[in-house]
Amino acid sequence: MASNSCGGGSDRQMAAQHRLSVIAGHLQRPSGSNTAVLAVDCKGQGSKPFVSSEKRTVPRRRQEIMKWNGWGYSDSKFVYNKKGQAEFTGKRYKLSGMIIPGLKDWMENTFGATLQHKAAATPALNSSAVPPPTLNEAFVEELKSTGVPFSADAEDRVFRAHGHCLHEIFALREGKIGRVPDMVVWPNCHSDVVKIVELACKHNVCLIPYGGGTSVSSALECPPEETRSIISLDTSQMNRILWIDEKNLTAHIEAGIIGQDLENLLNESGYCTGHEPDSMEFSSLGGWVATRASGMKKNIYGNIEDLVIRIKMVTPQGVIEKSCQGPRMSTGPDIHHFIMGSEGTLGVITEVTMKIRPVPEYQKYGSVVFPNFEQGVACLREVARQRCAPASIRLMDNEQFKFGHALKPQVSSIFTSFLDGLKKFYITKFKGFDPNRLCVATLLFEGNREKVLQHEKQVYDIAAKFGGLAAGEDNGQRGYMLTFVIAYLRDLGMDYFVIGESFETSVPWDRVLDICRNVKARIIHECKDKGVQFPPLSTCRVTQTYDAGACVYFYFAFNYRGLSDPVHVYEQVEHAAREEILANGGSLSHHHGVGKLRKEWMRETVSSVGMGMLQSVKDYVDPNNIFGSRNLL
Amino acid sequence: MASKVVYSPRDPMLKKRDDFVDVLEERRRSSDLRYALRCYSPVLYKGPTTSKASELKTMVLQSDQLHYVVNQVSRESGVPLDDVQAEASVILEEMAHRLQLSTVRFFAFTLSKVFKAIFRSICVNEEGVQRLQQVVQEHPVVLLPSHRSYMDFLLMSYLMYTYDLPLPAIAAGMDFMGMKVVGEMLRMSGAFFIRRSFGGDKLYWAVFSEYVKTMLRNGFAPLEFFLEGTRSRTSKSLTPKLGLLNIAMDPFLKGEVFDVSLVPVSISYERVLEETLYARELLGVPKPKESTSGLFKARRVLSEDYGSIHVYFGPPVSVRSLAEGRVNRSQFSLTPRHIPRRPSEDVHSFVNDAAYRLVRAQEENMVLKPWVLLASLLLQNQAAGQNRGVPLDELIQQAVWLRDLCRQFGAFLHWPDHIPSSEVVSSSLSLHGGLVRVSEDRVYLALEQEPHCSLTAEEELLSQAVVVLSCASYRNQVLHVFLRPALLAAAIHTASSSQKQEVYSSFLFLRNMFSNEFILCPGAAVQDFEEACYLLTKVGALHINQHKVLTAERGHRTLAFLTSILDPFLQGYQMVCSFLCEDATQALTERRFVPAVQAFIIKHLLKGRLRYPEVLSSDLQRNALAALLRLGAVQKVQGGEESGTLKVNRIMLNSLEDTLGGRLSTQKALRAHL
Repeated sequence: MASNSCGGGSDRQMAAQHRLSVIAGHLQRPSGSNTAVLAVDCKGQGSKPFVSSEKRTVPRRRQEIMKWNGWGYSDSKFVYNKKGQAEFTGKRYKLSGMIIPGLKDWMENTFGATLQHKAAATPALNSSAVPPPTLNEAFVEELKSTGVPFSADAEDRVFRAHGHCLHEIFALREGKIGRVPDMVVWPNCHSDVVKIVELACKHNVCLIPYGGGTSVSSALECPPEETRSIISLDTSQMNRILWIDEKNLTAHIEAGIIGQDLENLLNESGYCTGHEPDSMEFSSLGGWVATRASGMKKNIYGNIEDLVIRIKMVTPQGVIEKSCQGPRMSTGPDIHHFIMGSEGTLGVITEVTMKIRPVPEYQKYGSVVFPNFEQGVACLREVARQRCAPASIRLMDNEQFKFGHALKPQVSSIFTSFLDGLKKFYITKFKGFDPNRLCVATLLFEGNREKVLQHEKQVYDIAAKFGGLAAGEDNGQRGYMLTFVIAYLRDLGMDYFVIGESFETSVPWDRVLDICRNVKARIIHECKDKGVQFPPLSTCRVTQTYDAGACVYFYFAFNYRGLSDPVHVYEQVEHAAREEILANGGSLSHHHGVGKLRKEWMRETVSSVGMGMLQSVKDYVDPNNIFGSRNLL
Repeated sequence: MASKVVYSPRDPMLKKRDDFVDVLEERRRSSDLRYALRCYSPVLYKGPTTSKASELKTMVLQSDQLHYVVNQVSRESGVPLDDVQAEASVILEEMAHRLQLSTVRFFAFTLSKVFKAIFRSICVNEEGVQRLQQVVQEHPVVLLPSHRSYMDFLLMSYLMYTYDLPLPAIAAGMDFMGMKVVGEMLRMSGAFFIRRSFGGDKLYWAVFSEYVKTMLRNGFAPLEFFLEGTRSRTSKSLTPKLGLLNIAMDPFLKGEVFDVSLVPVSISYERVLEETLYARELLGVPKPKESTSGLFKARRVLSEDYGSIHVYFGPPVSVRSLAEGRVNRSQFSLTPRHIPRRPSEDVHSFVNDAAYRLVRAQEENMVLKPWVLLASLLLQNQAAGQNRGVPLDELIQQAVWLRDLCRQFGAFLHWPDHIPSSEVVSSSLSLHGGLVRVSEDRVYLALEQEPHCSLTAEEELLSQAVVVLSCASYRNQVLHVFLRPALLAAAIHTASSSQKQEVYSSFLFLRNMFSNEFILCPGAAVQDFEEACYLLTKVGALHINQHKVLTAERGHRTLAFLTSILDPFLQGYQMVCSFLCEDATQALTERRFVPAVQAFIIKHLLKGRLRYPEVLSSDLQRNALAALLRLGAVQKVQGGEESGTLKVNRIMLNSLEDTLGGRLSTQKALRAHL
């Protein structure tokens, strides 16, 4: 019924869909009919939501559309077809249904991973392997009376016991289940959350908020030492835009909404938030706030801390929120900064007021090839110095450039492949770029057409000073597409004994080259040291530029055939890589957060006094550790 | 903290060492000219390399590091920026090397001739060379040869050329520049020149350190320098100098390179070219200034036999693995890296420890020749018996005993086992005919002068001391093998009881006293003690239980030998103490210390109160003074009219002297002073 409020004509819907396909072209095909339909209603909510839609991506039972032991949608994955060619299944993405001819060779050459050696995953969850729930009867009884839906079903619980760290997914593929939540609750609105938290405090049960489940910091892992009943508080049903304020360009949104739904819904009204983290298909607004997320287009729209105006969070001590919507305040330390990055340790974020912008009229991808990574970094630094970074600018190193190349779908016409050949000839032979050293920057410009073109010229002029050659829109667009499919690719790797992960840091400009070289070398070094039989893939890219530094992403993967405990080896190498990052002046995390995975370095990162400050906040807000995920501190 | 580390005994006899190959053999068989002109294509560093010396200079002059200091100097001194920059470029010009392959080829040719003339063989461990070839491609490399002779760096470059390794850039002292032609030739074969002292000169330091770091960062060439700072005149390893090592580690610590490989190289000479020159120098005859004409006078050298040389390239040591868990590298990310900063306390102690470990690695891979053992025995005999000589068979018998002891202690001894011991001994004696005489089957040190001139007693003593010191320099080569057990033997000797604790505190005292004299790694006292106990128990000289250290019946000979090998040093240090107590005047400065103490010692030697002419060694005297300064028994007055004079703490000196002589228990001494 709520959906009627803005159901509008199908024309309008069509127009929105059209815009969407342009704007989020790199992301997703216009969604088909297989998205779940869900009635939204909250008994506690007096007024009707301003914007809503029938279409919601995430149902209560996530397992209906998503993999239980891998990334993303069940229907989308990389497989080797009968001819032994790699193919991406499903209909959701641009790449869907396409053959990727270069992938098999790349996998073989890079990892020594061949089709003959397959490491199959456990096909389905064996419910008997899931420990029975420890329920707090009194809590359950009272919860029933509130009418908030809940479940103690094994599948529901297992699905919420993990994020997407390698060890988590690896264990699931092996069918190994550790401590999982004892129950899942689906509050429908803020007041539902207030009730749940009150009951949790009353009956001393442990709450772990769950948004999109895309954490890569072990933040969703249930602490094995937790003896109380653990309740996973799934916010996915709190997914409405409550109002849009066009005068101030703000929107008030329930925190459980996931990124793609938020953008789709705002687009219908001609707006966007512009916040596009790589996980935006699945991650939630509340999750962004709780981990200090960063979006690809932060150069125009800002990171999450620049986007939020007001946050409502339910804590054991009550609800915390500001009393006005002033754009900036000098009222002591900003309480939002206790909330942002709290990683579910203080409470549940229920509603957020955030900035919105009109959907940009024009968008253009681009790419630049540099003779080497050093020149590329120098160019990005100059772009940052002149503060003329486009919506997004990313620099891939040589290995990643080759990787991107391997992911090129089969070209349909001879003409295109001829053109590709010509381009390659021009760059390597005519311009003398070494194919084993060159690297590529991908660009995304946004705004009105005239300004975009002007901006584009400015950036290409700077690039030219560093030996950069414009290399077309396609390469750029493919670069961004890669971001969304790379997580799927990990599942394919795991099918063939390859495990890997990405991790990120932020680092001052003068350190970028050094940190990239040293961390990559350290990974290779450690793999050799730990007995990895095949050379690992160790690659990086610079994904964000700031005035004083950059965000660097590392990808690392290896073929684990011959290792008895690959995950342990993997963890040791990742640990060493993080040590190397810190030793080279990098931060503990740029946007993934700390969770439990990086906790051990918190003290040296923020000093003992800093830890004490954070601890005292925790002690005041949640003295009984109801929010007992044990992240961060 | 360090005392918690327990020494895990590993039998030193099992120490694996590579075999040697003689590089001169090939040279004796084929044309030197063709060798000098052959195609030289060294393996290169995998990273981006700069190959031109001129590019290197530009990089240094344009570096942020140098700009910062140039600005700073200009601001502080009021000299215009351009002038300071120009000065920097003059400094660099004076310093930088200009490697030229033609010069290298010239050296390859002439050195082949010279080496063949004076050396029997130059033996190299080729496995070490292969390791080096590997590592040169992976990381920037620092070569750290031991320094016993001017020959060292010529030899190193010669070998690098022979094995198709990149030619090193060698840090050389400015004194070579005095030799005009040769200086320039050295420069063209890869040497760069640094002033011996430039304490406060910021600009010089900046140019110098940036020059070295730029070479490392860019994989320009392996860097080569001498950890010991200067040639050791005594053949004992010198305590390491940290300046260049600090600079060489900096690019790693600051994350500018992934790793730096340090390769200790041990070069051992059967006969050192400068042997008597060194002895004279130690006795206070100043060393001749290096001059080209002086070098030609050295031509007579060409007709002599200097035996063989052994060069051992040790396993590369990764700075990264040394620093693991020792240095928090993130400390360098809080200030801009181009601003020069004093190394923090932890970095300093890390570099210091690393330096000691590296010098130890050099020591351990030094090849010892039978003569070294003979020299030790002859010196002990001489001190005991007023040069009545030793019967040859007795010497042979003693040498064989010592050889076996040496091997059990893990020494790298080259004693040809397939030749009868008597032949080994007599061939060693004949190679060192200048130092030792054999007549009527007795072996003497060659102390007696030709009676052609009438010498004063003092002059005679000095000329004898030249021979003794030359011999001592050979004995010193083996000291590092015996040092720890010898300290323990001396500790047992001086300790008031056989209580382990008592012996340990004696050991600690002596170790502390001698840490300027010998290479004793800082903070490794417990390991050293455990090692000494292990070795002496192993050879059956000691019985050690929970509480007591007891001399075994058959251990007396070993312990006696060990105590007497240390005795000259013990006596020497006592001499220095008693000089300072009795004879030091108010106005004694550091500069006048050596002549004064030498005069004092000469008096005692002539009166027969001291048996060791080697105590006249200025090296020993300086080390003793350094130790006393470190312990606070002597203080250098800073500032005021008496600036630079030495202020003596007589009470402390007296008790140190007594403790060294075993007249005072160390525990009391320790309590009183340390």
